[in-house]
Amino acid sequence: MYAVEMQHITKRFGHFTANHQVDFQVHEGEIHALIGENGAGKSTLMRILYGFYTPDAGQIYINGREVKIQKPSDAITLGVGMVHQHFMLIPPLTVTENIILGKEETNRLGILNLPLAAKQLTELSQTYRLHIDPSAKIEQVSIGFQQRIEILKILYRNAQIIILDEPTPILTPQEIDDLFKVLLQLKSEGKTIILITHKLSEVMTISNRITIMRHGKIVGTRETKSTTQTELARLMIGEEIGPPISKRPFIAHKDILIMEQVSAKGDRGVLAVRNVSLNVKEGEIIGIAGVEGNGQSELVQVIAGLRPFQVGEISIGSHSLSPTHGHQALAHIPEDRLRFGLILDFTLQENLILGRQQELRFRHYYFLQDSETRSYSSELIHSFDIRPEELSLPARNFSGGNQQKIVVARELSKNVPLIVASQPTRGLDIRAIDFIHNSLISERNKGKAILLVSSDLGEILKLSDRIAVMYEGEITKVFLTADTDEREIGMYMTGAKKKSA
Amino acid sequence: MQTLTKLGYNIAGPVLALIISFAIGGIFIAIIGKDPLAVYSQFFSDTLGNAYGIGQVLFKATPLIFTGLASAICFRAGLFNIGAEGQLIIGAFCIAFVGNVFGILPAIFLLPLCILAGFIGGACWGIIPGLLKATFGAHEVINTIMMNFIAAALVNYFVSNVFFVPATVHTPDIVPAAHLSRLDFFFESFHGAPVNLSLFIAIGAALLLHVYLWKTSLGYELRATGLNLNAARYAGIHVERHMIGTLTLGGGLAGLAGMNFVMGYKHYFELGFSEGAGFIGIAVALLARNNPIGIVLTSIFFGILQYGSLTINTIVPKELANILQAIVILCIIVLSKVIDRHMVRLQKQSVAAEVHA
Repeated sequence: MYAVEMQHITKRFGHFTANHQVDFQVHEGEIHALIGENGAGKSTLMRILYGFYTPDAGQIYINGREVKIQKPSDAITLGVGMVHQHFMLIPPLTVTENIILGKEETNRLGILNLPLAAKQLTELSQTYRLHIDPSAKIEQVSIGFQQRIEILKILYRNAQIIILDEPTPILTPQEIDDLFKVLLQLKSEGKTIILITHKLSEVMTISNRITIMRHGKIVGTRETKSTTQTELARLMIGEEIGPPISKRPFIAHKDILIMEQVSAKGDRGVLAVRNVSLNVKEGEIIGIAGVEGNGQSELVQVIAGLRPFQVGEISIGSHSLSPTHGHQALAHIPEDRLRFGLILDFTLQENLILGRQQELRFRHYYFLQDSETRSYSSELIHSFDIRPEELSLPARNFSGGNQQKIVVARELSKNVPLIVASQPTRGLDIRAIDFIHNSLISERNKGKAILLVSSDLGEILKLSDRIAVMYEGEITKVFLTADTDEREIGMYMTGAKKKSA
Repeated sequence: MQTLTKLGYNIAGPVLALIISFAIGGIFIAIIGKDPLAVYSQFFSDTLGNAYGIGQVLFKATPLIFTGLASAICFRAGLFNIGAEGQLIIGAFCIAFVGNVFGILPAIFLLPLCILAGFIGGACWGIIPGLLKATFGAHEVINTIMMNFIAAALVNYFVSNVFFVPATVHTPDIVPAAHLSRLDFFFESFHGAPVNLSLFIAIGAALLLHVYLWKTSLGYELRATGLNLNAARYAGIHVERHMIGTLTLGGGLAGLAGMNFVMGYKHYFELGFSEGAGFIGIAVALLARNNPIGIVLTSIFFGILQYGSLTINTIVPKELANILQAIVILCIIVLSKVIDRHMVRLQKQSVAAEVHA
């Protein structure tokens, strides 16, 4: 008998088949990794199990009994809990209030018994060493803390089967270690854990068994101890990926981006960027490492002219930036492609000229030049392998990886000296990541100056020539990549080590 | 799912909605003791059965095209223009004023001047909420509504105290040089129907707007602003300028609606002439999904409803005709949702069938 068994699950969105005849089994008390490229159907399958989607066909068995899961509350009743990639927490409420949401303990008059709930939570958090402060407000706590809250929320509802959708990209190396300790403890208590992830090294460390998906189908299930990363990668993408493009040594002469003691306020009016001085030279990639929310996003917005800065000076090339407004001539891969980088209801072709619509190449007087745009778009689609190759398809209908490729293609095709890439590969699959990494390196080799912001330390270490660590709005340290390692950077990211006086 | 099936549903939807709404309406008619079939046959024969009826329908449709466009262009930019009514009133009053006061000008100057006056009058009423939105972030819904009250009161004052024909609620006539010809001047069969050249100006405006939205770089920016403000800013689009510009353009279009009545029909401005065309324009835009060409068709549909309600007035009370209109609109809105859902369900079944086959 399996804790979870899904049989012949099929789910379509329009013409797109997200899951095709999927059979998936998980033993009780194991950590089962579900891996696959983006758009392989992992998240869809788990959202079906959690009741977000209903399958078009197929059956689900929990502990051997056939069940109908129409909505998340059905899943919760059956002991299934899910930690989503994007947390479902309400920022102005406290930890306790968030956790009991939907399962509030009240007395006969309908009045909340918050102290009781807080006490239960404290016990629960001690048992699992998930350190939390029940009275803290969500908006004041870190991402790692929020994730612990999400896990506690599930435990508070007595979940026996726990699904985690890509829990690690947002965590620091230390936080990942802590999370894995918690998962192992949960396992030892007999809970069943399903882990969706992209990272093969993590899979090898923590899981018992691994199921691999590709193009909406299951391509295999393996015992972790009898497989290798190479085999898994091959199963995931159906082919081996080549080694990355090598970096050409580049003797940089000219500073392209110059920032002198820049400070800028965040959305809540407090300084989010403090006294940042940083230069990026031509032919150089500078990686900004840091736990999310330490001012990286605001820094990028300032450079892109989307956020005013209060103090300091910034210049790009020979152009100096106005502190209050002004769109800049730079290539900008924004961290949130859905909010900034794309207009989902615009077609692929329309999105490929977003930000370039006033260039004389694409318009004649006030009229858009459709034929020119079309040939330019076809060229980009081809060289960046955007699929499907349908110019008139709205961006909404592309997979996450292809949406990101649209943004990257558009931005890298601009003829400008500076590229700012913020979380350029978040949530993408191995092949897309590889493609984008190679694109960035080849732009660097052409002499572009690149500022890379990423919460994936591996990515920073792989691509950067120099690494700047940002902590609480300040650049606390700049390393040459060759002179440092993950541990040392991690210390600066968490503030355990600060600027040497 | 096949495109054909989809198309079938898209046509079947409105037709089904009409049938259901007429069935419901029929129940009401039967309740007050009249024969639904007699009422409906009169409704259709008087609106679509002869050229005069069609002329009346087109006359009713003309201002709705303008106000529909006025709402739609703003919706496309992510703005809710509830102020078309006020913009229309001001525009119409300006036309009547210019058409009278500048009466010595020859038609070749006076006609464009009158049209310009209507546009500018409406545009003034649009630019104010636009500026308030762009500079202070003041919400355009409230401001356009408030501008409606100001417009109504202001014009009321002028028509009662300053620029009026004694003992009436209308302004002095505009000079003949400012008249827009009725279509019966060109087509004898429209004889008696007030439909006039402003219909073609309305259709022309719809075509221009279509080109503006989909063929120009500014239209591209406008749509980007409406769909995703953040991405528009990221793309270097001056979203504030588009907010101001679009509300101004929308106001101007609504102002042009005044041509139909003032230049093409009565030749003066009269209080209450609009019959709520500014508000109906919002419904027209929504039903046409903010598509300029669709707005022309939807306006004609509303024209049928409006004029048809008048013709059945001889058999049933006016209120019933209004009820009928409302039922039709409700049915179309609800049914379009029902049909969308039904299509999703059908698709699920076909997938399941395929899988089990």
